[in-house]
Order: sequence, then C-alpha cells, then structure tokens
Amino acid sequence: MMLSASFRQLAVWMGVIALSPAVYAQTEYAVNFQTPVTETAQQVYQLHMLIFWICVAIGAVVFSVMLISIVLHRKSKGVQPAQFHESTTVEILWTLVPFAILISMAIPATKTLIAMADTANSDMSIKITASQFKWQYDYLNEEVSLISALATPREQIFEAADKSEHYLLEVDNPVVLPTNTRIRFLLTAADVIHAWWVPALGLKKDAVPGFINEMWTKIDQPGIYRGQCAELCGANHGFMPIVLDVRSPEDYQSWVAERQAAKAAELAALAANKEWSLDELNQRGEKIFLANCAVCHQATGQGMPPAFPALNGSPMVTQQEPIAQIEQVLKGKNAMPSFAASLNDLDIAAVITYTKNAWDNHTGTVVQPSAVAAAR
Amino acid sequence: MSHATTASHDDLHAAPPRGLSRWLFTTNHKDIGTLYLLFSLLMFLVGGTMALVVRAELFQPGLQFVDPLFFNQMTTMHALIMIFGAVMPAFTGLANWLIPMMIGAPDMALPRMNNWSFWILPFAFTLLLSTLFMEGGAPAGGWTMYAPLSVQGPPSIDFLILAIHMMGISSIMGAINVIATILNLRAPGVTLMKMPLFVWTWLITAYLLIAVMPVLAGVVTMTLTDRHFGTSFFDAAGGGDPILFQHIFWFFGHPEVYILILPAFGIISQIIPTFARKPLFGYSSMVYATASIAFLSFIVWAHHMFTVGMPVAGQLFFMYSTMLIAVPTGVKVFNWVATMWRGAMTFETPMLFAIAFVFLFTIGGFSGLMLAIAPADYQYHDTYFVVAHFHYVLVPGAVFSIMAAAYFWLPKWTGHQYNETLGKIHFWLSAISVNITFFPQHFLGLAGMPRRIPDYSLQFAGFNEISSVGAFLFGLSQLLFVYIVIKTIRGGEPATAQVWEGARGLEWTVPSPAPYHTFATAPDNKAMSAAGMLPAAEAGH
Repeated sequence: MMLSASFRQLAVWMGVIALSPAVYAQTEYAVNFQTPVTETAQQVYQLHMLIFWICVAIGAVVFSVMLISIVLHRKSKGVQPAQFHESTTVEILWTLVPFAILISMAIPATKTLIAMADTANSDMSIKITASQFKWQYDYLNEEVSLISALATPREQIFEAADKSEHYLLEVDNPVVLPTNTRIRFLLTAADVIHAWWVPALGLKKDAVPGFINEMWTKIDQPGIYRGQCAELCGANHGFMPIVLDVRSPEDYQSWVAERQAAKAAELAALAANKEWSLDELNQRGEKIFLANCAVCHQATGQGMPPAFPALNGSPMVTQQEPIAQIEQVLKGKNAMPSFAASLNDLDIAAVITYTKNAWDNHTGTVVQPSAVAAAR
Repeated sequence: MSHATTASHDDLHAAPPRGLSRWLFTTNHKDIGTLYLLFSLLMFLVGGTMALVVRAELFQPGLQFVDPLFFNQMTTMHALIMIFGAVMPAFTGLANWLIPMMIGAPDMALPRMNNWSFWILPFAFTLLLSTLFMEGGAPAGGWTMYAPLSVQGPPSIDFLILAIHMMGISSIMGAINVIATILNLRAPGVTLMKMPLFVWTWLITAYLLIAVMPVLAGVVTMTLTDRHFGTSFFDAAGGGDPILFQHIFWFFGHPEVYILILPAFGIISQIIPTFARKPLFGYSSMVYATASIAFLSFIVWAHHMFTVGMPVAGQLFFMYSTMLIAVPTGVKVFNWVATMWRGAMTFETPMLFAIAFVFLFTIGGFSGLMLAIAPADYQYHDTYFVVAHFHYVLVPGAVFSIMAAAYFWLPKWTGHQYNETLGKIHFWLSAISVNITFFPQHFLGLAGMPRRIPDYSLQFAGFNEISSVGAFLFGLSQLLFVYIVIKTIRGGEPATAQVWEGARGLEWTVPSPAPYHTFATAPDNKAMSAAGMLPAAEAGH
C-alpha cells in the first residue's frame, strides 16, 4: 500500500522535473524556490537558475560522452581498446574552458552579493533577538516589541489532532511589516546561535549571541510569508517558526498605533500599582507560560526530568513565599535562561501566579507585579 | 604465476598465529587492513541504523517514534560514526592492504604503530556509543559541535571530546605510517610518478590528515576548557567569539571533506582503466589535480559560514576560491571519461560502482558549485539541499568507491571470486535506492525545508515520504553486501593472480589470496613489467 503510493508519487515528480521548475513552486511537490517577493530574492532566484542551467548544460555534455562510450566502446562489441593516454592540449583546454565559465558565474554573483550587503539608507530598523525557542522583535523607531513563538498545539504534533494548514509554520504574534519600505534588521541571540530565514525574502542570517548582524529587505507585495530557524539551536530547533504579516504602509501605521495604545494602558495600570485579581493574572499567566515555559516544563507542568524539572507539586512553586521563584525566573539557573529582560513585572507576576494555581497546585497564592519589581 | 617473492620466505615467517592473539598483537599490514575494513563495515551498519531512525521519524509529519532531543542525537551520532568510524577507517584499511603491495614493500614502515592506530578505534567508538545511555543523552548539537550549543551541552560532550582525541591520534598515526611507507619503502624502479594513483591520492590525503586533525583536537579542547576551566574562547561575555569556533572547526572540516574523497578518486582511477583495458588518461594531470584540490582545501573553509555575518570582501574571497575547486575536480572527471573513451569496456560489479561514482559524484559536484555562489548559498545554507549535496558526494561518492574497491580486491584478499550476479543485484539496488533517497532532498531544500528538524510542515510531506522509502531500500540492500562479503570469505570459485583481464599493478603479480608476507624481496623485472612499471624494452631481461 505505502510502497505503491510512493511509487505513484515518484512517477509524478519525475514528470514534474521534466517541466519548468518555477511552475510547480507552490504545489505539494514543490521542486524549487518559493515565489520571490523582493527584488533581492528575485535576483537570487535568477542567479540560482543561471547556475543550475549551466550545470545542466555541462552535465549534458559530460554524461552524453560517457553514455556514448558505454554503449559503443564495450568489449562485447569486439572493439580493440585504443592505447592513447595523454594530451597536454586537451588538458589545458579543459582547464581553461571551465575557468571561463566560472568567471561568467562570478560576475552576477558578485553584483548581487554587494547589493545584499548594503544596509545603508533604511527607512526603519527592527532588532531581532533569538532565544530558545522564540523570536523577540523590537521596532526601534516605534518603541513596539513583540515575542513570537510557535502556535501549533501539541496535540497536532503528537498525532492527537488533525494538522492545521500551516502546521509548524504558525505563531502567536506575527511580525507586522510595511510594504515598499526599506527595512533593516539587526540580529542577535540571547543564548545559542540561531538563524533567521524567510525564503520568499531571500534572506537568511545567523543570530549570534554577543554580536549583531545586519540585513535588509524591501517587500513588494502584502501577504503572509513564513520561515523557520535554520541553525540547530537545541531540542526544539524544528519548532521555531517565523511569520511575517506584510501590510500596506497605512495599515502598518494603524497596527503600530494600536500596539502603542495597548502598551500605554498596561504601563498606566502598572504605574497605578493596581491590585490584580487571581483570575486576571491566571488568564494572562497561562498564555505567557505556554509561550515561554511549556517548551521545557511542558503544558502539563510535568517537565522532562532530570533536565527540566516538574512544576506540578514542586516545593519551590507550591510554597507560600514567592521570592525564591521570582528570583529564579529573573536570574535563571543552569539550562533555564533569565527572563528579566524579555518579560515585564506584570508578565512575571502573572506566570508565577499561574504556576501556583494550575494543575494540582491549588495554592490560591496571588503574586502582584509590585513583588517582582521589589525583587529586581 | 609463480613468484620468488613469497615461496622462499614462508619458511622464515611462520604462518600467522591462531585465535584472538593473532588479531590483538598483529603487526601484519594485511591483518590490520582486514581489521580496519571489518570495523568500518560494523560502524557502517551502526551509523546506517541511526540514519534509518531519522528517516522513519521523517516519513510523515508529526512525531511518531522519537522525541526531538533523541532525534538530534541520532543525526549527530550518525554523522560522527559514518565519517570517523565508517569512511575514514575503510580508506585506512584499504591503504594498509594495498599500499605495500602496490609499491612492492614487505609491510608498512611502522608496523607496531600500525597495530596501535587500529586498536585505539574500538575504544574510541565504545566511548562514543556509550554516551547514548548517559543521563542527558548523547551529543545532540550536530557533528559540527558548534559553540555555544555544545559548550552548554550534557556531560556526554566531554566523552565526545575524548573520543575525538582518540580518533585523531589514530588517524595521525595512520597517516604518518602511510607517508613513511610510501617515501621509504618503494621497491627499486617504483618512482613517484610510476606509483598507482591510489598510492598518490593516499600520500596527499595523509598530509592533509597530519595538517588538520590537530586543528580539530585544538578546537574541541577549547570547547572543553570553556566548559570546565573558565576560559571564554567562544563566549562573547568573556571577550570570546562563537564564530571563532566555526572558523577553526571548518579549517579542519574542509580538508576533512577531501580526506573523505581523495582516496576514492584513487580507487576509481585504478578501476576504470582496468575494465576499459586502456591506461588511465592524463596520469600526471591527475596527480597535479589531486595536489591542487588539497592545496585549495585550506583556503575555502568559510564557504560553510556565508551566513555568519562576514565582511563582503571575505565572502567574495571564499566564494572565488571555492569556485576554483571546480577546475581540478572537472579535470579528474574529464580524465576518467577520456579513459573510458574508445576502451573495450566490460561491466563487472567494481566497474558498475565506479561508473555510478563518476556520474553521481559529478551531480554532487554541481550542487557544490551552486553552494559556492554566496548569495544563492544564503538560500541553500542549512537546508536539505545541503543534505542532498553532501550525501551525493559521500554515499554514491565515497561509499560507492569503497564498495567498488571491496569487489575489486576481494578476490585478491580472499582467493575467491565473489558471486557476480549477486554483486550486480547489490549494485542496482544500491544505485537506484540511493537516488530515491537523496534526489528528492534537493527539492525539499530548495522549497524551504531546514536540515536537522524532526518534524516539518505539510508541504514537505510528499518528498520526505519518498526519501524515507528509498533510505530503507538502501539500508536493506547493504545486508546483501554483508552476505556477499561473508560468502566470498568462506569460499567460492578460486581467483587467479591476475583476477581481472585488464588489471595492471604489482598487487596482481602475487598469488590470490595474497600470501601472509609479500615482497620480502623487491619485485623482479618480470613482476615490474607485468605491473606496467617497466618500459616494454627492459621487460625481456
């Protein structure tokens, strides 16, 4: 059953490669690049196809000679072997001709490379900070920040539910970007090396802890573009997607205004030292837990001992006094990173309150943002 | 064929001792060659099983068999075992068996060290495999062990580092032995430019090994001190740089790639002339091309790192130097094709594997050329396109050459002809399934699938399914190879000394199986002439 289905598919793709690759770029059996949506990606695609066809042409010549030889020059045909075994002229010829072909490839490649490296004259800058296993985006001109992590539910990964259309390529907070704007990305990482890759943009660059890399893009068409982390960064490297929501500059501006208003309201509440209720903190905390903590400690709170301890029933979590837990979240310990920079007081208070009341931990304890502020 | 080289000396050297002590204490190059080859076959099966775990998990989207961490352990261990445990020891085994016989030497120059080089390996790999059962699991940061991921890794990383040191010592000693043998023990008349190409490629490979294995030892030691002794080579917070690791690693890693392929070039250069019944075309240009590739391998390393954020000038340099490698590699392929041209070919199993090598290695070369183009590499880097590329040069490349060598010299080693029908079935199964496995991976990479992921989005399902079916076919086909090898060792049609009609070289002038000691005295003119190492005029003396 399985075999025959695969061989049917084999026949399909053998047919597919006989035709122009670009036509099939978006099918289930995609054989070539995703449709480029920037000028740079278009150039890279053309370069890629140029080298591909040069290779096909060289291959056609070399393999034809081989095949003719295999068919004609066989002992079973009664041929006598020739005894020639060297020719300096031929050797020089097949050194120089490939060299000339290489130069014809190097010229367009050099042009594209230099254009891609020029990050000057950008209209806006976004700092991307990668960490295990999520992306933080700071819009440097707008003072907007968001953290973006995998949104595919675990049930789908472990075959307990049907897989959604964008399985593993969907996030909780997509990055919203404007079209026709020269955007500069500043890339860094908080823990290990990651790589930010969106194929339709023709961009991939490593996010290196302690260093900042740059790249730029200018996207022509609005749309949703998806990518992934491309550098092995740990157990959940395969679960670190990137989703871009590219809108017209006007729509982008209104999104920015929305984000800024929401942030202002939150800051006002924090400044007023509002007492948050258990329910409010629990609701907020669950989202933060799933986005930041569940990768290791699991949605069930069972963890993956011994590397990632359980939070369900953990003495540190269930004790009344929250200070030890607050400090661990702020400072990190062993494999656990510090969340002092990526989460604000309210978020940390919410997630700690959530862990103290979720699963079997019915402690009823409420941790207020002020307690986190005091511990900082 | 009678030979003075062997008969008179069997009295002086008793037959090999029996039992385990023969293998533990042996200083005989043929015994040590056999040990290396059997060890390599065992590791090929172990590493292959790990690849099948990977392909089973990737058969469908979703996680069915293993968790992501174990998946990463499998990809990491598969690579380490295949590179250091299967391909490198296989080539060293072939060097041990063949180099002394090809240059008319009685044994390797440093026989006791030879014994030690081999016997380090089982311990190194026991250490490495033991990490699978450790708390925290085996190394899971990829065979490249990039910092900081490996600096933060579980205790098994320390065991990996020690195992790499042991493998490195083994390789360096093996390389010293090869150089000492080739430079000192050539029989009179076997000048450098008369050496079989397999000997030439191994001589150059041995220099590469001595140059770069210490670099690998250095970089893993820096990882060790970063882990335990408070240094910050790879930690920006202490003034270090994570990218430094990659520069040092690939300064080892790129010559390592040629360590895995130059001996293969040598093997193919022995086999194609034999079955084309025509001398190798462009012998001296083959030697120069090999040397050029070896030289270039030291100045191209950062093409593995185009996305780390190098200055444009650096990227341009590494792009141009990498493209240059296509020239000498092209020369080799053209020479092989010219050797076949107007020959009188027959297609026994070694020749089939050799032709498949030329064909499929060239495809791997094309994808390599595409990867050299930096702006396009941004798209290919760390995707399945790269996985397809290096598997094309390593499986139908290096591994096929080793299989070709096994079929080619098995009659000489065992004295029995292998079963040609079974050999051909093994070839066709391998050649078809290897393409079903790896060809679709080009498409996956171009369409956007990153490497080293245990699960993928739905658009990649089709080709992954095909690739997994191919992998299991390929894996099962290799059991047939094991069967053929065992069957040939145990018995079969007796082989002649010459074995193949078109075979030229000193190893074909000694009886089959090759006596325990060969060339205790240098080969005489008759042998030299039969080996094609004397001009025809002198042969009559």
